[in-house]
Amino acid sequence: MSVETPALRLEGIVKTFPGVRALDGVSFSVMPGEVHALMGENGAGKSTLMKVLGGILQPNEGRIYIGEEPAVMRTPLEAKAKGIVFIHQELSLAEELTVAENIYLGELPRKRFGLVDWATLERRTNDILSKLKVTFDARTRVGDLSIANQQMVEIARALTVEAKAVIFDEPTASLTDAEKVVLFDVIADLQSQGVGIIYISHRMEEIFKITDRISVLRDGQYRGTLETAQTDEEEVTQLMIGRTLDLSRNVSHHALGDVALEVRGLTCGDLYADVSFEVRRGEVLGFYGLVGAGRTEIAETLFGLRDPSAGTILLDGEETVIRSPVDAIAKGISLVPEDRKGQGLVLGMNCRDNMTLPQVDDLKAGPFVAEGSEIAIFDQYRDKLDIRTPGWKQTVGNLSGGNQQKIVIGKWLSMHPNVLIVDEPTRGIDVGSKSEIHNLIRELAAQGYAVIVISSEMPEVLHVSDRIIAMYSGRIMRTFTSDEVTEDNLIQAISGIRSEGQVA
Amino acid sequence: MQAGTLSTFLKRGAIWGFILLELVFFTVAGEFLSLSEKAFMDLDNMLLLFKQSAPIGIIAMGMTIIMVNGNIDLSVGATYALSAIVLLDSMTWPIFGGMGDWAIPMAWLAALATGTLLGALNGLIVWKTGVDAFIVTLGSMLGYRGLVFMYNGEQPTSHLNWTLVDFAEAQFLGIHTATWFLLAVTAAIWFLMNRTVHGRNAYAIGDNREAAVNAGIKVGPHMMINFMIIGFLAALSAVVFYSESGSVNPNDGELYELWVITAVVLGGTKLTGGAGSIVSTFGGVLAIQLLRKGLSHIGADTETVNLVIGLILIAVLFLDRQLNLKGKEELKT
Repeated sequence: MSVETPALRLEGIVKTFPGVRALDGVSFSVMPGEVHALMGENGAGKSTLMKVLGGILQPNEGRIYIGEEPAVMRTPLEAKAKGIVFIHQELSLAEELTVAENIYLGELPRKRFGLVDWATLERRTNDILSKLKVTFDARTRVGDLSIANQQMVEIARALTVEAKAVIFDEPTASLTDAEKVVLFDVIADLQSQGVGIIYISHRMEEIFKITDRISVLRDGQYRGTLETAQTDEEEVTQLMIGRTLDLSRNVSHHALGDVALEVRGLTCGDLYADVSFEVRRGEVLGFYGLVGAGRTEIAETLFGLRDPSAGTILLDGEETVIRSPVDAIAKGISLVPEDRKGQGLVLGMNCRDNMTLPQVDDLKAGPFVAEGSEIAIFDQYRDKLDIRTPGWKQTVGNLSGGNQQKIVIGKWLSMHPNVLIVDEPTRGIDVGSKSEIHNLIRELAAQGYAVIVISSEMPEVLHVSDRIIAMYSGRIMRTFTSDEVTEDNLIQAISGIRSEGQVA
Repeated sequence: MQAGTLSTFLKRGAIWGFILLELVFFTVAGEFLSLSEKAFMDLDNMLLLFKQSAPIGIIAMGMTIIMVNGNIDLSVGATYALSAIVLLDSMTWPIFGGMGDWAIPMAWLAALATGTLLGALNGLIVWKTGVDAFIVTLGSMLGYRGLVFMYNGEQPTSHLNWTLVDFAEAQFLGIHTATWFLLAVTAAIWFLMNRTVHGRNAYAIGDNREAAVNAGIKVGPHMMINFMIIGFLAALSAVVFYSESGSVNPNDGELYELWVITAVVLGGTKLTGGAGSIVSTFGGVLAIQLLRKGLSHIGADTETVNLVIGLILIAVLFLDRQLNLKGKEELKT
């Protein structure tokens, strides 16, 4: 193996975004005919690395070699021409066009005068589709296909060129078991043709089934490569989460009050199914799972943004229906959303106005907004949450991430909720402020709020939660108390390892 | 999947159903309300309807590809007027003076070149600056109209060439010249959008711009070409109309952009891009013209016509939204 030239080799790739070093000197290589897994937690830099490879982003430093040639890929088409095919995780399809047009998007076969050569297009597409054993044909409109079949269309793109390396970014996320088998056949086929394959997935059992080697990224840094045959889940997990992180569990428990919120058999289409749990006053309930496991969708349902297709929600023991966010707020549920800047704040407005936004309708002096009471509210929560800002006139966009998040939390606390849902409370917040937010969440629970924390960061859920619910593919896999949880059993639960029988 | 097919069928067929409804309504209502003795569904009347549809219809074909592409062009009315002025004025220019009737094709070329150039300018700005097409063409709508007024002040520009008028008023196989132009443009644009790589890429860009970029489609040049096409068609529309009338007021073509967009939207083209059909736009153009003609046939005045068309447009968009809702689980906004 060592004498062979890698199909694809990366050397010291660095990619920085304003304020973030997304990739920090990443090097690894993929041999021809090898399936190489790339693993790492959410935000470890996998997607950025793949975008660099696919020609969508340009690295700041470092070099890419295809075979023995150094390669610079300025556009996705250039990358494809050089034999690197990128199968996107998010569907990158035009729904109104046919399957054939999508597979050959950007390089439709031509006849004279720029006419599309429909006959060739259809023939080539049907050849590819027959290899994939799918039930639709070249002329089907992509918008009419199921998500899984759309994913198959995406995969079909890998077969349109003589690829040297194919990148699969979470290809099985929406596939059924039968379709997975076909996908793995396709991969084996590419493998036998000497194509190097980079396979990104969070699902351990797949990784161990089909890959030859595993490379791990953490916080944008390359953490090493393991031979799949000589390692186990434990070792990979360790490499992924790292021992340096503080994984201490929450030990201080507060006296628990009554059940504030209970959910029974909640289902919402394909997003999640049969979700049941309860939160007590004074308790922090953590939701841990991969992106797309359905956690945010549950929060959105509880906040009245989605209508569940089945199941009941009980507030303080009484069955209730939450029709809209206004309804949710009135019933004492508040949501601190995942995307702070997009969903939580009006960045161009000042601190005070942001904080009083949901209740400004009630703060009136005659026809005018009552400035005095607005400022009073702001002052109260600034002191309570220790928000550091020069004054209420400061534009929120100029505050640090941690202080912005406190403004959002303060905004909802000022509505006097019973249940506070916090989605990804420390995303994009620096390490120091993170623990501050964590402490704040603990304190809020101590004051008698029922708190639900949704997080993709394991240290975070471990830190703050009294109980942790592990989710996988829209289902609750297991509920841990903070005494019985370990990183290993948690990561196994969210990878769906115990549950092959249940998840069909 | 079934529901999807059904709603697609409804949307495709809706405009023709609507036209049928209009025909029936005006025929029946005309019996009781019309002041004239002529029936509404008279052959001559229908032929005239096609002819009158031509100026809006020719531009609407261009607007369809612009909107499928995910853009919009508000400057078509001004481009139309400016091209008309160039058409009529250029026939009196000394260079073409000694050419007799050969001045006519020259004038046509000059007018069409004007429109294409104005469209290219729009396209170039949208491409290079990345500013939203709505804003760019709002600006150029005002700017181009300014040029129209600078040309001749408030005065109309007139030049009547009888050879030209004869050509424009001719009927070949019973169908007017203007109608022939409309049909030819419809066929050509249909071919462009459905059979060429450019057309299919335009759909892809409007449908999922990121996917198009990821697939290496050069978004800018495609958009610029489409703006040139709509500029050309706005000029062609002027050529067809003013060859006959021979006189252009500086206010001519005002609100054309809105009539055109109305026709395109009635035909089912999505405002967000990616979906739209040339044939349905043709239906949309006919539907509007039929409505205008029908309402005046039963004695309604212009104001009523505008009110009714406005209401119908909103109703259509509302229906479209209802048909496009994907189910209860969708995130509410």
